[in-house]
Formats: sequence, structure tokens, C-alpha cells
Amino acid sequence: MDALPAHMRPERSFQGFILALQRFWAEQGCVILQPYDMEMGAGTFHPATTLRALGPKRWNAAYVQPSRRPKDGRYGENPNRLQHYYQFQVIMKPSPPNLQDLYLKSLAAIGIDSGIHDIRFVEDDWESPTLGAWGLGWECWCDGMEVSQFTYFQQVAGVECAPVSGELTYGLERLAMYVQGVDRVYDLNFNGRDGADKVTYGDVFLQAEQEYSRHNFEHADTAILFEQFKMAEDACKKYLMAGWNEGGNQREHLMALPAYDQCIKASHVFNLLDARGVISVTERQSYIMRVRELAKACGEAWVHTEAGRAV
Amino acid sequence: MPDLLLELFSEEIPARMQAKAADDLRRMVTDKLVAEGLVYEGAKAFATPRRLALTVHGIPTRQSDLKEERRGPRVGGPDAAIQGFLKATGLARIEDAKIQTDPKKGDFYIALIEKPGRATIDVLAEILPVIIRTFPWPKSMRWGARSTKSGSLSWVRPLHSIIATFGPETEDPDVVKFSVDGIEAGQTTFGHRFMAPSAISVRRFADYEAKLKAAKVVLDPQARKDIILADAKQLAFAQGFELVEDQVLLDEVAGLVEWPVALMGSFDEEFLSIPGEVIRATIRNNQKCFVVRDPKTGKLANKFILTANIEATDGGKVIVAGNERVIRARLSDAKFFYETDLKTKLEDRLKKFDQIVFHEKLGTQAERIKRIERLTAEIAPLVGADVAKAKRAAHLAKADLLTEVVGEFPELQGLMGKYYAQAQGEDASVAAASEDHYKPQGPTDRVPNDPVSAAVALADKLDTLAGFWAIDEKPTGSKDPYALRRAALGAIRLIVDNTLRLPILDVAKSALAGLPEKSDAEKLPGDLLSFFADRLKVQLRDQGARHDLVDAVFSLGGQDDLLLVVRRVEALGKFLDTDDGKNLLAGTKRASNILSIEEKRDKRTFDGAPDAGLYRLDEEKTLAKAIEQVRSEASAAVQKEDFATAMSAMAKLRPAVDAFFDKVKVNDDEPAVRENRLKLLNEIRAATRAVADFSKIEG
Repeated sequence: MDALPAHMRPERSFQGFILALQRFWAEQGCVILQPYDMEMGAGTFHPATTLRALGPKRWNAAYVQPSRRPKDGRYGENPNRLQHYYQFQVIMKPSPPNLQDLYLKSLAAIGIDSGIHDIRFVEDDWESPTLGAWGLGWECWCDGMEVSQFTYFQQVAGVECAPVSGELTYGLERLAMYVQGVDRVYDLNFNGRDGADKVTYGDVFLQAEQEYSRHNFEHADTAILFEQFKMAEDACKKYLMAGWNEGGNQREHLMALPAYDQCIKASHVFNLLDARGVISVTERQSYIMRVRELAKACGEAWVHTEAGRAV
Repeated sequence: MPDLLLELFSEEIPARMQAKAADDLRRMVTDKLVAEGLVYEGAKAFATPRRLALTVHGIPTRQSDLKEERRGPRVGGPDAAIQGFLKATGLARIEDAKIQTDPKKGDFYIALIEKPGRATIDVLAEILPVIIRTFPWPKSMRWGARSTKSGSLSWVRPLHSIIATFGPETEDPDVVKFSVDGIEAGQTTFGHRFMAPSAISVRRFADYEAKLKAAKVVLDPQARKDIILADAKQLAFAQGFELVEDQVLLDEVAGLVEWPVALMGSFDEEFLSIPGEVIRATIRNNQKCFVVRDPKTGKLANKFILTANIEATDGGKVIVAGNERVIRARLSDAKFFYETDLKTKLEDRLKKFDQIVFHEKLGTQAERIKRIERLTAEIAPLVGADVAKAKRAAHLAKADLLTEVVGEFPELQGLMGKYYAQAQGEDASVAAASEDHYKPQGPTDRVPNDPVSAAVALADKLDTLAGFWAIDEKPTGSKDPYALRRAALGAIRLIVDNTLRLPILDVAKSALAGLPEKSDAEKLPGDLLSFFADRLKVQLRDQGARHDLVDAVFSLGGQDDLLLVVRRVEALGKFLDTDDGKNLLAGTKRASNILSIEEKRDKRTFDGAPDAGLYRLDEEKTLAKAIEQVRSEASAAVQKEDFATAMSAMAKLRPAVDAFFDKVKVNDDEPAVRENRLKLLNEIRAATRAVADFSKIEG
């Protein structure tokens, strides 16, 4: 760590903070992936988690995933609510016996010393109705602040996890704010430089928050979005259907990933419609069900692919 | 005698599950021991966030040998039966069985089975893994590489190690040898996650508890609670404040730490402009911290007390600062919510209730509010409430459900409505009804005494009851998802504590008539009334009163004024405590018994007035006179709802009844005299019905 230039230290710069986490998890044998190139509500939606959590093959990965929560936009006026933020996601399959220790070490790697901070694992059972997924675990607290989510997946996309994966999700902005000691997310030092060279989180994202808030709450075209939802749903089903190969000695699927992309898309479009307030309480449930059906069908397809099935 | 030490060391167990888990562990292990014939002297279980521990002391070293005689088939019985008997008893040949002669049924085989007792440690090695595998966690999970195997262990969170030792106090105990899903039982545990993480080897409970303490783990949850409470009080006191005690929070916090360290932090005074309950809910629910108040004013101070799980090397400075930041952010959200709420008038929120379904068969919230308003207007004059105010109160009572603060903290429903109503200048009674119409929530909750609140509270509860009755969603057994029992009990307490006169049947009919779902208007109000009667019985029983007296009163019929029912029951109870009461009850019962026997024999009833000309003895005449006098006095008193007087009138009946049974032979040889005497007995029964149906009274 001492070899790091000052501007790359995790407590000084947001980017240094991300790099420290990546380096740490790379050391633990994770492949460091890049963000998935689609809009999604959480890092869990990345196929590297949702799909790779299924099936018996080992899988250890870590990545940053930009997460879109259209409803959480606040036009850049709230000090810590964003419609777009970064999650840092770790998935280890099977969950190693020392996952809690690894997590605590990762906190040390980003400057959180367990000798002076109060770190706690507080019950939080995780469930994603849209993904047909649930697991047990905790919210991880640091001095009373929730900084990560820690989950042992029991079921994903309607499929029982065997073996069980451990999933860690860090809320990067919130953690970095704590480590940098700033109260407003836009004040985060992004590049760790001073004076004229300094770039803040606000410099990078404030305008985007304002623009997307307008879009999400006021202008996103609901007629087009309803259409897009339907299209994504249809496309997903179509690709799923086309992907099944019944020939040979085992049933296999050849297009689980492209089909799952359409499921991700449907989910994000639903979130936008929800932010526009055009989905009633009763309809809401039925949309969630429709996305879940897609996710389940994709999970079923995935466990019949090369990466998803038993050796 | 030797002791068992058991520890199950895992990742963090949810706080809310710990107490029950400790209890389950103790119960399961000790039940199993007893079932194995191993009677123990004592047992105690403990839980921390990372471990369940159990000590059972005074267990015999071995089971005693068992000798059992088992009866087999008849001598010369079918071969299949004999083979089965040999198999079941483990005998090699039927010649090894004894033969017993039974004079009635012939000769039978008897097997003498001798089962030598096993060493307790072997029994433990057998039962402990079964208990672990079948442990009743409310939710459990699989983990790690072994989770692919079917039948892999399920635990609340990953289980890491097991201690199981057994042995006498004076020697090194033995490890109970077993393994569960690859975890070998041993004698190693670990200390505090951060302050003493190394492995610790332990032998027996005393040693275990002491070593844990040295390794910064307080094993006993009660001890952790005591520490937190004492330290928190002390911290508050040192600054001139007083801790706002909170048992539920204390229980939870004690389940989040192994080594409690109380620390005090503060927040900006400007937040004290938010209602204290909102501050407390914010700090308590989200941050699991206690709040403190100024003992002089009773108002919250701008301080909070957190419980850390660590003695930080900097004395807790960073921890306090971190918690203060989070609490500041939370309170700014709360303040923002509160101030936003204040900008909208309560009545302007009501439109949104059109969109919110209360229950699919009972319409929207908006429709429900309208029903409650109408019912409130009907009830108000009956309970002495100003009708206009009561209607206004009913109109606004639910409006706060759509406010930001209540959205965030549902437990503040009603209370926030009161604050917002006050802020928009509503009448004090109207504002109070927002909070108080939900009351009383349980047997110990406060009963509102403002008539406006009482009217809305009764309307709310009766609408709920009538509604769910109409759609046949009545409580069954232990299931009462809509808390209808609580609603009925609430209505009873409102009526009785406020001495309200409310014809429940009429109100129930009116409530039913207003519902969207058509229902049986003939049957349901009566059904509902008997539900009230049942609730009243439960309540009186809980208060130590006799529930059979409730039956005795309801059995009179037409009793839908609950206040009068209660008064009657009270007066009856007092009366039955006196000698006059007891004897009159005995006399009336005797009269009833004789009557029912004779009625059966003659296949007729003995209604109708007795004939004075047929009285042969003075005792008959005296009794007839007494009945007449008592009947008119009692019914006059009942008319005036003076049940005590009615009861003392009843008392006058006693000497005449006693004398009658002493001197008069009911079944006289002369049929006309006999019939007349039976009619007189019937008169006793009829007279007592002025106050209660004595036949329903026990004893």
C-alpha cells in the first residue's frame, strides 16, 4: 500500500478506492470483470452473478456495476440519494468457509480498521422477487452505517443453488463518503488530486443526476416504455425457445445469455415505468411476476449450457 | 455426577432468534436425556450473536439396566406370530421364552428382555447430532462446498465448530465424539471476533464461561443486558439526563454484541423541533440506539446512546463520530418528511384513498372511511359526543396513513395524525381522536375517555368486525389475521371503562347494512353478539372473575347492552360470595333438578301459577309470598338497573326456600298437591331469572 501514490489511496480518491477493492479480490482468486453493458438495478442482475450462481462449477468474480434506480433520483439535490450509483459486487461459488474474514480484510484494504470501528453483521434476509431469488445473510454495519450486503444465495432464478454462493455487495459511494469524511456524495474526491486537478463526483455525475431525474420522473415516454417492456418480454421468450437443442444425448440450451439480456431489459423498463408512477399497485405485482417468469426460464436454460450444467 | 458442555459456534445469529434458540436447545437436549432415562440436576442455555451454549449438570454416567417382561403370543399360536415375537424381542429360540399361565386365556409366552444401560457419553454422541440436524430455526440455510450434497446440514448461518464435553467436575472431561456434516465435536472455541479471535481450548462450563470472559465475550444475555442498561443509565446520568428505557430495544441490542460498550453521542439541537416520538423511532428503529431525556421537562435531549461491540483503541471516538453522522442524515430525512407532511392538509390526502384497497371484498379505504364516518355519527349521540366533532374526527382519523413519516414509521400511525391535526388548528378532541381511535390495542393499553375518540374508536372497531363477519373471515382457533378478537375486546373496554350505553345489536345491524358485501342481516348480528360474549368471558376470566356468570346473564336473552351485562355479572358475583347467595343458588339448583326429573317423568312442564287453594303447609304459603315480593322488588330494581338491590331482594328468598325444602315433601301422594308444589318450584326458577339464569352457574 505504501507504494501507492497519495492520489490513489482509497481514503483520498474514489477511483483509488475502487481499485483497492479490485486488487484485494483479485488476490483472493476472483476474476475481475468489467461492468455489464446494460442498464440494471443492482450488481446481482449481472449474468456473472445471476446465471453463474447456478450450476455446480466453481466461480469467483468481482466487478463494479453501475446500478440504476430510476425512482431514487433527486435531481442532484439530496446529499446521498442517486438514481445511478456504483455497486461493487463479489461472488464466490462455493462460498468459502472464511468469507466473513475475507470481507473484513477487504474493509481493512480500503482503510477501515476493525480496531477502532464497530463492525457488525445485522440480520437481513435478501429476496429479489423479480429474480425469483432469495438468500440469508446480513447488512454489514460500520459504526451504525450499512456499508455492505452479505448473502448466502439459496435460490436464484427459481433454481436451488448447489453449491451455495456467497455474495457481497458494497455501496461504493456511501463507503467512500465515510472513508473520505464527506457528507455530500457530490463532494467525493474522484481522482484524489488537489486544487485545479481535483475532479469531484459532482463534476462527473451531478449533471447526469439532474438530467436523468427529469427523464425518469417527467419525460420518459411511457407509451414507448410499455412497448419496450412487451418487446423485451417477447424477445426473451423467443430466444429461449429458439435456444433449446433437443438433439444429441442431452437436452441443451444454446442462447441463455442473449435471452437473459432481454430479461434485464424488461426489468429496467419496468423500473422506469414504476418511477413514472403509471403502474398501479395491483399491476405492479403482475409485472414483477412477468419478469420473474423470464428470469426463471433463463435460469432453467442456463443450467443446460456448458457453463451452467454439471461436468 | 458429570456435566455436559455444548457449544455451537456459528456466524452471526439474528438477534430476534437467539432467546428462543437457547431455550429450544435446552429443551431438546434435556427432553432427550430424560427420554433416555438420564435424569439430570439442572440445565442452562445461553446465546450470543455467534454461539449457542448449553450446560447440563448432574447427569448419571450410565443409564440404568433395563429389565422388561414382554408378553408374546399364545403357546401353540401361529408360526408367523411366534417368529415376529422372536424378532421383536431378540430371542434366538422360542424355548428361551418363559411360559405364563393365564386361567382365562390359556398359556402365553413371556420374553425377559434385559437391556444393559449404556454409557451416557455414548448416548450423547447419538442424540446430539440428531438435535443439531433437526434444530427448529425459523429460517435456515445451506452454505459452502458441502451444500451440493443432499442432506447437507442446514443451520441459521454457517456453523463453524462444536464443543461437546462430558465428565465430572474434578477430572478432565471427555469429548463427546460425533460429527455433523464434517464438523467434529471437540473442545475448541473462539473469542471475540475482533478483540480476541484466537482459538480457546475449554474443558467444562465454568472454565468455558471464564475463558470466554477473558476473551471479551459475555456469554449470558442477561448479563449483557444488565451491563448495557447500567452503563447507559450511568452515561445519561453523568450528563444530567435520564435514559428512556426500552426493553425490546435492549433485548435486541444485547443480541447484537458479545462485549457491550455503551457510548454517548449527540445530534444537532435543531432536530428537537421534530416530535420526540419521530426522533425516537428514527434512532431506535434504524440505528438501534437509545434516546435520553431531561428529567426535569421529560423532553428528549439531543443525545443518544449506542452499544458498540468493541473496546476501541481510541476510546470510541471514531465510532461515536460515525454514528453521529448516520443519525444526522437519518434525522434530516425525518425532519424533511415531517416538514413536507405539514405542508399538506389532512383532508387533502383523502382523495388518494380511492386508489387504495382495504380488502378486495370490503372496498377501498375511502369507502371504509365513509362507513366509519356514518357509524360515528350514529354512535356519537349515544356516547355523549358532539356529533359534528365526532364526524370531523372520523373524517380525518386515517389521513395520516398517507404521510411520509407514517410511511417510514408505521408504528407512528395515529400519533402523527394528531400532531398534523393540531398543526392545522383542529379542535383538540378531533386531533386526539386520530391517535386514540386505534386504542385500546390490548388488555393493558389505555382506553380513551374523550367521547369523540370513543365514538370513532367504536365505529372503527365495529366496522372492522361487521365487515369481516360479513365476508366470513372470522377468527378460527389460533388464527386471527385481522385481529378481530382484539377489536372486540377493545370495544368492550371502551364501553365498560367509559360506562357507555350502546345497543350493540342495533349498531352491528347498521354497520352491516353499510357494507358493500350483502350479508345475512338476520343471523349475523346475533353471531357477532355471541362473539362479544365470548370476549367478555375471556376478559372477565383474565381479571379473575367467573366466566360462567357471563353465560348466566347472556342466557337471559336480549342482553346487548354490554355495560349492563358487566354490572349484572359483578352484582351476581358479589351476591354469590355471600351465604345467602350460595344457599339460594343451592336451593334454586335443587328446585331445578327436581323439576327436570319430574318433567321428564311426566313428560310435561309445570308452568303456570300455582293455586293458592292447594297450599297445605305454612312453608308453601310463605314461599309463595316471598316469591311474589322478591319478584316485584327485583324487577323494579332491575328496571332501575340497580343490580345490587335486585340481588339483595333475591336474598330474601333464601329462608323461605330453605324452609320449604326442610319441611315440604314435593312429591305428595295427592297428584294435585304435587303438581302445585312443582309449579311453586318453577316459580323459584322463574323469579331468579329476573337477575340471571342460575342453571348456567357452576357449583
